[in-house]
Amino acid sequence: MPADMIDSEGDTTAVAAHRTDHSVDARGALSGVEHRPGASKPDPIVVADGIVRRFGGLTAVDVAHVEIQRGVITALIGPNGAGKTTFFNLLTGFDKPDAGTWSFGGKGLKGVPAYKIARLGMVRTFQLTKVLSRLTVLENMRVGATGQSGESLWQAMFAPLWRGQEKRNTERAMGLLHRFKLDTKKGDFAGSLSGGQRKLLEMARALMVEPELVMLDEPMAGVNPALKQSLLGHVKSLREDGMTVLFVEHDMDMVRDISDWVIAMAQGRIISEGPPDAVMSDQRVIDAYLGAHHDTELSEEDEEAILAAAQEEIQASEEESHG
Amino acid sequence: MDWQDLFSSSLQQGLGPTAIVYCLAAIGLNVHFGYTGLLNFGQAGFMAVAGYSLASIVTTWGLSFWLGLVVGLLLTVVLALLLGVPTLRLRADYLAIVTIASAEIIRQVVGSVSLLEYFGGLDGLQSFNKTFAELNPFDASMGVEGLVVWRPYDFWVVVVGWTLVATSCLIVFLLMRSPWGRVLKSIREDEDAVRSLGKNVYSYKMQSLIIGGLFGALAGFMTALKSAAISPAGFATDVTFFAYAVLLIGGAARVLGPVVGSIIFWFLLTFLDLFFSEATRGANPLIPASIMTQNQASLIRLIFLGLALMLLMIYRPQGIFGDRRELAIDAR
Repeated sequence: MPADMIDSEGDTTAVAAHRTDHSVDARGALSGVEHRPGASKPDPIVVADGIVRRFGGLTAVDVAHVEIQRGVITALIGPNGAGKTTFFNLLTGFDKPDAGTWSFGGKGLKGVPAYKIARLGMVRTFQLTKVLSRLTVLENMRVGATGQSGESLWQAMFAPLWRGQEKRNTERAMGLLHRFKLDTKKGDFAGSLSGGQRKLLEMARALMVEPELVMLDEPMAGVNPALKQSLLGHVKSLREDGMTVLFVEHDMDMVRDISDWVIAMAQGRIISEGPPDAVMSDQRVIDAYLGAHHDTELSEEDEEAILAAAQEEIQASEEESHG
Repeated sequence: MDWQDLFSSSLQQGLGPTAIVYCLAAIGLNVHFGYTGLLNFGQAGFMAVAGYSLASIVTTWGLSFWLGLVVGLLLTVVLALLLGVPTLRLRADYLAIVTIASAEIIRQVVGSVSLLEYFGGLDGLQSFNKTFAELNPFDASMGVEGLVVWRPYDFWVVVVGWTLVATSCLIVFLLMRSPWGRVLKSIREDEDAVRSLGKNVYSYKMQSLIIGGLFGALAGFMTALKSAAISPAGFATDVTFFAYAVLLIGGAARVLGPVVGSIIFWFLLTFLDLFFSEATRGANPLIPASIMTQNQASLIRLIFLGLALMLLMIYRPQGIFGDRRELAIDAR
């Protein structure tokens, strides 16, 4: 799947058409869904019921019911401490809920360990990027491949038993590295990469698992604007490849730009659900998270006034230094 | 002072049976600590279990030497499982605590008076190496005259020992270049990341603990065979820490690190010992008695060794074979 998407630049128009189609499809499938917390979706990939996680007296997560639609990009937003990352941890098996059941593609995940959940095709990244520092970029990628015969102790010592598979995995890894523009770094230690490159590597490595659902925990945190643009493109391309994306993010421009559906959390509960615009104008979300003035953009007159003031200031300081 | 004698005696130790024992122990620690990031502070415990299994099977129960080897390896695996099952799901420090404690428990048990009839108490067990000695094909002293010379039995131990070291290094090399080894190294870097990629981290850590423990078992067998005797004193906690020193000198996560580390460690330790004892000997010693007496000389080697280790950690913390680039990452 991702391999044949790579580098089909010769056919850009077709790809572009293909892209719009997907976005329209994704939003179209959700058009009939009610805009309320716990709304049922036509084709859910994840269904969670009554998930509760308490830390002592604090109830970090208390989600009565939620469904994640297959094949779309869903954003999970909410203030710090709303329980977004905890909810991620619970869904992916990195933490255990005090109560509740949830399923992925119809298979119940209660009590299933994290590594098995990942093998089922539900792969996550971390808020604090986790690259394997003292392994090269290419080795980081190769670790991601599943079902490697060379990873069993008995076959590991005999290279001919796994060399062919290793070669295929390497080709796939190089394809993904090329797509994420990391192919020139393949021999470098992952620990020597910049913060943004680490984000890219982590996402590329997650794709090595060939997931159905990619869960990104704050993919844009600490990433510069130019790289943010390309990351946005990568996230969208996941949907085009038929994957489902669930991500936590604070950058509302990004949420508005790429997500088909938004789920807002506050104090462990889901307070609102719907398309980006509907959720962002929801009074509960504004009160709990966004603040009253999040939406007011600068008008053209405002911008011109600021620009004029700045220019005056520059001129004044220049005259001062010349004089 | 006879410099040639000083040098050849040090070399004899650097290549001798003791260096082999520590080399094998450090190869095990390299799998644990160097590749997987497991802090095993009880390698002496693995060595004791294997060594005492061999000795007591032969001496106490009068059974075959080969059965002793098999039982030794099996019990090492059992020990690794016992230590690993409760601790490997927890943070790394728990394994460290449990291993150092269990190594001491094992040493106290085999040295206890109530089990005297099985393990010989503090005196330990002897004369269990008949089968091994009978296999010895050498009937004269071997070595290079004036440099290193071993008596026939010692030379047999050295030959078998270095063969074991070479085989172990080959196994470690084959394992660590494979995808299996890559998973271990990834676990060392970040357990959760590896888990998120669908690997059963717990199972890999257990495999690593068992395999490293088995190399420790080989070290235990060699400890028993090299002097044809075994006693609890040979498995004190400092054995583990000397093995760590050996590993760090050579460079962790390098196949040949323990080999080079062990040779250098025992060469230096012997050299310093002989040098200071020579330098304080006689009526008019090189180092006057006002600075150091003959009695103090035997202790000063450990002080110098400690100093050397400190300097190594400051100026070459990656060890002899380590990769400087890796350190640059740690500093970030």
